[in-house]
Amino acid sequence: MFAAAACALLVTIAFALTRAALGPTVFDSLLAANTIGTCSMLLLALMGFLGGRPEFLDLALVYGLLNVLGTIAVLKYFRHGDLGDPGEPEESSAP
Amino acid sequence: MSMVRDLISWGCLLAGGFFCLVGAVGLIRLPDFYTRMHAASVIETLGAALILAGLMIQAGLSLVAVKLAMIGLLIFFISPAATHALARAALVRGVQPLLASREQPSSKR
Repeated sequence: MFAAAACALLVTIAFALTRAALGPTVFDSLLAANTIGTCSMLLLALMGFLGGRPEFLDLALVYGLLNVLGTIAVLKYFRHGDLGDPGEPEESSAP
Repeated sequence: MSMVRDLISWGCLLAGGFFCLVGAVGLIRLPDFYTRMHAASVIETLGAALILAGLMIQAGLSLVAVKLAMIGLLIFFISPAATHALARAALVRGVQPLLASREQPSSKR
């Protein structure tokens, strides 16, 4: 059953890769990248159970933290055009 | 007893894999960015929670279950924040939602 769930996650990652490749806007690609990150966390946890090595769970935790940091950093770049931008007040940045 | 536990855990794993597949199909098939975010949320809530629950039942009461709970807590708190930031960034940068027009109130009849 671990193998069945892992196969479903692999198919999900393949579909998300397709969306990331042909997404019309950059935000579609970012959404797909975020999904791939979540799926690979779950896949790492499943791999630990498949091989009988629960140390993979630590890798999954670290991977999740990195995924979050990466998504927020790339989003800030695409929203403000600069990583070091302090960010304007919300009223003036909204269209 | 172990048989019952295995059955419940397999059911959770299979349901989680099914919801992940549903989210993946939605990610491909839905028409615009804001609707695709719903499909991604299915993967991050139901899919992840069910798979982690299945693994926790399989692990029993141990350090492994605690680590799985930590992963679940991380996903539970972080993925709504990331989704909110993504939607807000898209809105600020001018991605328009796909709305039904006045002449054709619904896109699906």
